[in-house]
Amino acid sequence: MMTQAQHALTLKEAMQTAAKGGAENLLKALTERIATLNPKLNAFLRFSPEKIVQGTAGLLNGVPIAVKDNICIEGVETTCASKILKGFVAPYDATVIRKLKTAGASLIGQLNMDEFAFGSSSETSAFGVVRNPWNLDCVPGGSSGGSAAAVAADMAIAALGSDTGGSIRQPAAFCGVVGLKPTYGRVSRYGLIAFGSSFDQIGPITKTVEDAAILLNLIAGHDPADSTSAPQDLPDFTKTLSRDVKGLKIGLPEEFFVKGLDPEIAKQVQEAANTLKKLGAEIKTVRLPHTHSAVAVYYITAVAEASSNLGRFDGVEYGFRAPAQTIDDMYFETRDQGFGNEAKRRILLGTFVLSAGYYDAYYLKGQKVRTLVRQDFQKAFQEVDLILGPTAPTPAFKIGEHIEDPLTMYLSDIFTIPANLAGIPALSLPCGFTAAGLPIGLQLMGRPFDEATVLRAGHALEQEIGVYKQKPKLS
Amino acid sequence: MSYEPVIGLEVHVQLDTKSKLFCPASTVFGAEPNRNTSPVSLGLPGSLPVLNEAALKLAIKVGIALNCHVAERLKFDRKHYFYPDLPKAYQISQYDMPVNKGGWLDIEVKDEKGVVHNRKIGITRAHLEEDAGKLLHEGIKDGTLVDYNRAGIPLIEIVSEPDIRTADEAYEYLKALKAILQYLEVSDCNMEEGSLRCDANVSIRKPGAEFGTKTEIKNLNSFRAVQKAIQYEIKRQTEMVENGERVIQETRLWNEPKGQTVKMRSKEEAHDYRYFPEPDLVPFTIARSLVQEIQASLPELPAARTERFRKNYDLSHYDAHVLVQEKTLANYFEACVEKKVSPKLASNWIQSELMALLNEKKIEIEASPVTPEGMAGLIQLIEKDTISGKIAKDVLPQMFETGRSAEEIVREKGLVQVTDTKLLEEVADRVIAANPSVVQDFRNGKAQALGFLVGQLMKETKGKANPKLANQILTQKLS
Repeated sequence: MMTQAQHALTLKEAMQTAAKGGAENLLKALTERIATLNPKLNAFLRFSPEKIVQGTAGLLNGVPIAVKDNICIEGVETTCASKILKGFVAPYDATVIRKLKTAGASLIGQLNMDEFAFGSSSETSAFGVVRNPWNLDCVPGGSSGGSAAAVAADMAIAALGSDTGGSIRQPAAFCGVVGLKPTYGRVSRYGLIAFGSSFDQIGPITKTVEDAAILLNLIAGHDPADSTSAPQDLPDFTKTLSRDVKGLKIGLPEEFFVKGLDPEIAKQVQEAANTLKKLGAEIKTVRLPHTHSAVAVYYITAVAEASSNLGRFDGVEYGFRAPAQTIDDMYFETRDQGFGNEAKRRILLGTFVLSAGYYDAYYLKGQKVRTLVRQDFQKAFQEVDLILGPTAPTPAFKIGEHIEDPLTMYLSDIFTIPANLAGIPALSLPCGFTAAGLPIGLQLMGRPFDEATVLRAGHALEQEIGVYKQKPKLS
Repeated sequence: MSYEPVIGLEVHVQLDTKSKLFCPASTVFGAEPNRNTSPVSLGLPGSLPVLNEAALKLAIKVGIALNCHVAERLKFDRKHYFYPDLPKAYQISQYDMPVNKGGWLDIEVKDEKGVVHNRKIGITRAHLEEDAGKLLHEGIKDGTLVDYNRAGIPLIEIVSEPDIRTADEAYEYLKALKAILQYLEVSDCNMEEGSLRCDANVSIRKPGAEFGTKTEIKNLNSFRAVQKAIQYEIKRQTEMVENGERVIQETRLWNEPKGQTVKMRSKEEAHDYRYFPEPDLVPFTIARSLVQEIQASLPELPAARTERFRKNYDLSHYDAHVLVQEKTLANYFEACVEKKVSPKLASNWIQSELMALLNEKKIEIEASPVTPEGMAGLIQLIEKDTISGKIAKDVLPQMFETGRSAEEIVREKGLVQVTDTKLLEEVADRVIAANPSVVQDFRNGKAQALGFLVGQLMKETKGKANPKLANQILTQKLS
């Protein structure tokens, strides 16, 4: 049997290699791969082999993991792909980083993203757009576009992303890789630079569903440093992966198969449903009647939180500071020069919806509708165990296609946002390709803290469909 | 036309916890700048708050002592404004669901005629929030530095109803509040170190009319400053209204050296704080069992102690009240009384003579060079007629200076009271012989003349004569 290229290994394979002392070779192979491909893809913001946080021992024995640039690593610059955080060196480790270090991970670099995770295309990065490995003219999705592109291009064995409205799943779908947004509260947010605090979750972006389960095992669990982290039992997510899906009830939401959904995607997702049926699952239609409000509610409540969370970037303590004579000028100039357009748009929007006289009409109303969306899922999960649908309404679009049209861009998250509003776990996995050769992703959503069932069905589907083995042609 | 002032006070008190409200950083006062910090209290990106349980318990303690209803749910909100001392550009506070609300505080105020009035001042709310850092300007050539040691220290903000009507009531409210907080041991209430801060809302109205437009006064650095600033503001507003002007809603700063309030910012310039629920802290239920547990553990509070002093020590209510309002003073008194001296005498001697000496030397009573035992020793000498009160007044400062006991000083300086009747009769004879005209006055019915003669006798004996005995002997001899 031919030895597989080291950089193409899955996380599971890499762990087996590293256990036999192969971490160094693995790192060398990845280093070469990144050096060759990053100039094309711009997936890594920072990669310096000499500065690698080298892991040993543990489960990972030094297997390299790459991390989105909004997760703090002690002693390393962390910028959220924003000019305003240029030069900010985190003095502490995020909880997930501490856990990865304990597990023996090597942290090989930080991945490009939309500025402060504001975007669905990774075009709002202050440090250049990321390109889709399947078509360099296309976006990789966003905001974790760097993470998805790096994993798809075999520049990373596995990566961490963060998902506020689809930022793990949509790029995973666009790049043909696996992305999991865990239940809100499953993974500690301590050290994740906040966008929408009541939505944000860190999750794995990997080559296989099994890898996602492995990485989730390493990063999940209750954290006393995060009051929103749940003191929930933590199962071994790899244990139940290979159980069959016989008897599982899976719902297809009517509201997800509507005008605007690309017919090629609709067809692939429907075929996946048929595959599950063939495997013994029961397929039903369910209703999620408030889906049409999800994007609107999200862009009110999440930006409200974002405007609050980004107040601290004022030039006083860290990061970029514009020279100025007065304190007010310092604030204005620093924030004017430091933030990009999308960040400014969301800060303005969020500030507006929280202002006196508008709070009730927007934020409070938004919270009420959010409750309705959550109740939609509660009702649906009384009838089914999982909900299956497309991850995104379209495949990867062209760079520059939507950047001047925020509303169209925002609709790119129409199918991912509901899971964030409800706080439930959701997995995106590749299920086919368009005629133009772009990956198509499907999404499986589950009950709160039932990542195990989501991963199990995802794994069954992935093994049956088999497209995960396909790689983009990059030289 | 007379106007009625309407006053409400907002008091911020630092709660005495080891660590900050939302992180483990220390709260010790006086540390090197930015030493008591953590990623959370610096508001670093990615950091998250975790509630300090001890601070919550102290806040509930305050709420119960102020007769408040303790909330069923604990919820925090973000209050936004930009200022360099606020590292996150928002303060974690409580907006619509304060941990405590709807209580009251009883106060006693003496009017100009010396009559004591009891007043019940409503407490609107007492909520938890985090403190901000401090800007340092002094001694810095080019710019301003920020010290975040104070950022994140737990505060309880106690807001009164607009029930206060005079500057004196405001003063007594603060004293009574401070007394309760000190008895609860939740704060040292040190205004100089900023652990207690007060803002005052003041308006005037015709009695019975709607509330007038209020102004908020800040930068009040002592209880006396609060009193003076309110007096000034009432006068200022009354003059405005009498001149046909309208009071403008604004924030004003108290300028202590000038004795004036000056405009800081108008209502229009006020911040829109954009409050919204803090998403990083999930609301939770405050167990009634916790509230009951805290209630059961409350120490004796000033009202109960005043009542006990009045009953057990036979003090007037007012004397007991004054003693009790300063916990350390009351403790000193009780330690003194334990030595079986007259509580009445002890109360008088501590409140007048000892306090005068302590105030003059600016010494706190806990550090008094005359211990409660020493004080009791002095009082015992008075009670046994070993020395007169007058001599005792000379002995106390010497005790204060040297730290020696009353007995030692009296013995060494030969100050023991003369109670030898024979000796005093001799002196009385000499005094009568030397003052024939005064004696004549007395015999003509001028009663005050006796006082002069007693005074002469005391002078002859260098103050050591027992005044009661001297009086008796002279009266006898002249009748």
